[in-house]
Amino acid sequence: MSMSSPPAISITGLQKAFGDHVVLDGLDLTVAEGTVFALLGPNGSGKTTTVDILSTLISADAGTVRVGGADVSREPDAVRAAIAVTGQFTAVDNLLTGVENLRLMADLHHLGRREGQRRAADLLERFDLVEAATTTPATYSGGMRRKLDLAMGLMGDPQIVFLDEPTTGLDPRSRRAVWDVVRGLVADGVTVLLTTQYLEEADQLADRIGVLNGGRLVAEGTAEELKRLVPGGHVRLQFDGADALDRAARALGVETTDPAALDLEVPNDGSVQALKALFARLDEAAVEVSGLTVHTPDLDDVFLALTGRPTTDEKVPAP
Amino acid sequence: MTTLSYTLTDSATMLRRNLKHAVRYPVLTLMVAGIPVVLLLLFVFVFGGTLGAGLGGVSGGRAEYADFLTPGILVLAIASAAQGTAISVAMDMNEGIIARFRTMSIARASVLTGHVVGAVVQTLIGLAFVVVVALLIGFRPDANVVEWLAATGLLVLVSFALSWLSVAMGLAAKSVEGASNLPMPLILLPFFGSGFVPTETMPAGLRWFAEYQPFTPIIDTLRGLLTGTAIGSSAALAVGWCVALALVGYLWARSSYDRRPAR
Repeated sequence: MSMSSPPAISITGLQKAFGDHVVLDGLDLTVAEGTVFALLGPNGSGKTTTVDILSTLISADAGTVRVGGADVSREPDAVRAAIAVTGQFTAVDNLLTGVENLRLMADLHHLGRREGQRRAADLLERFDLVEAATTTPATYSGGMRRKLDLAMGLMGDPQIVFLDEPTTGLDPRSRRAVWDVVRGLVADGVTVLLTTQYLEEADQLADRIGVLNGGRLVAEGTAEELKRLVPGGHVRLQFDGADALDRAARALGVETTDPAALDLEVPNDGSVQALKALFARLDEAAVEVSGLTVHTPDLDDVFLALTGRPTTDEKVPAP
Repeated sequence: MTTLSYTLTDSATMLRRNLKHAVRYPVLTLMVAGIPVVLLLLFVFVFGGTLGAGLGGVSGGRAEYADFLTPGILVLAIASAAQGTAISVAMDMNEGIIARFRTMSIARASVLTGHVVGAVVQTLIGLAFVVVVALLIGFRPDANVVEWLAATGLLVLVSFALSWLSVAMGLAAKSVEGASNLPMPLILLPFFGSGFVPTETMPAGLRWFAEYQPFTPIIDTLRGLLTGTAIGSSAALAVGWCVALALVGYLWARSSYDRRPAR
């Protein structure tokens, strides 16, 4: 990612309300070219509304939104020419076969007959849809429909792809297939903005993650950076003998919970600075450490700490 | 390519899509073509003897009523096709693919023009079917080639106008059920005009309505072209109404399409 290239997506002060219901309340967000950005948030946090505005489906109330260098409200056609969108609800034509759906996209992108056929064949192959190509999506599984949906978006060779909850409702195998597609896109230099309520998905795919809550980003960074934001991280130190364990416990001011196990649990956010400080104190006390593991909180903890509520499931009691 | 040629290319692509839909989901098309034929047979064979006698012509009876009725039934067939168009547009708008089209750099109106031209093509096929049935049961037009061409042109124009109107209704409707109800007045209008009986036979208030509503000059012009009755100022009125209805339908459809929520 070079510092000189303009961002693929930049959003400043984005506001959107439906009637009295404020959905986006001053959202700021920047996505660098060729990276994957995951917008993480629970239902109703404004993920889909953000994608709808980015993809020119609805207009913003206030704020500036630029996609691929073009302003979404002033140059919507330039934006549309640069993007592909796969929404939460599959956007395939149910009365056309798989290959006809792709050819429809080819015609609308004015690709010409031969190029259209070539790209359709290529995408069917890549998405493992060759056998299903001549039947209508009515006979497809959920995963196949989603893959056809994605393939249709890619017929136009987009620079920026929006994926709104691309794996919601898919079985684990199809989910992995979609993930592979996203990784393939990134390898081709495409910028991807995806929304998800699955923390694992953001962790697996995204270069950077934005946590959306109440219509604004409450945190942004890499998965590791986000995990360090919350308490609950610790380092587990192992020692060769009870003597070393005792001296370390005294030096660090922590209680040994299980002397027989010869290890210590020390609160630590896992950052390089914090680890350096920890080792400095151990060196001062001249304690040999035989092993070390860093435990950082997972994104579920992050979400709970940042938003005060669990990610998806209302049944989980609030802390 | 220019903007215009892109618009034409995209509209042609959408037209191909809609024609494929019509072939693969023929129930709607058949139902829509069936209604006017059923009404034609009903009115000619059940009511035709009495109604034909009431026309006061020389021959009287069923054959004369078939000549009087057929132009009205043709217009009714267009109105009934409009209902089918509104339903299929409303169904299409519920599909996620329309949201996809709106995020693509394609001519904005092409989705709508594809529906309109597709509807006109389907309507003309339905009309040909109605004409064949009418000829089989005794419709005897005296039109020459020019009059047939003019009648066909008028039918295309009416179909074009009502298709824009019905596409707008399909877009404006909140549900498929709503879309099937909105065009009902169009189907009733030929009855409250010169389609089934001469307007002179109606009571004063209804007669006034019948003479000023758009379908009466359209039916009168068609009847004049096909069976040689007087046309007078009806032709100009018919064309004027068609242009006005098409324009209203087009503007209404465009604004409904642009204002539709994301999905």
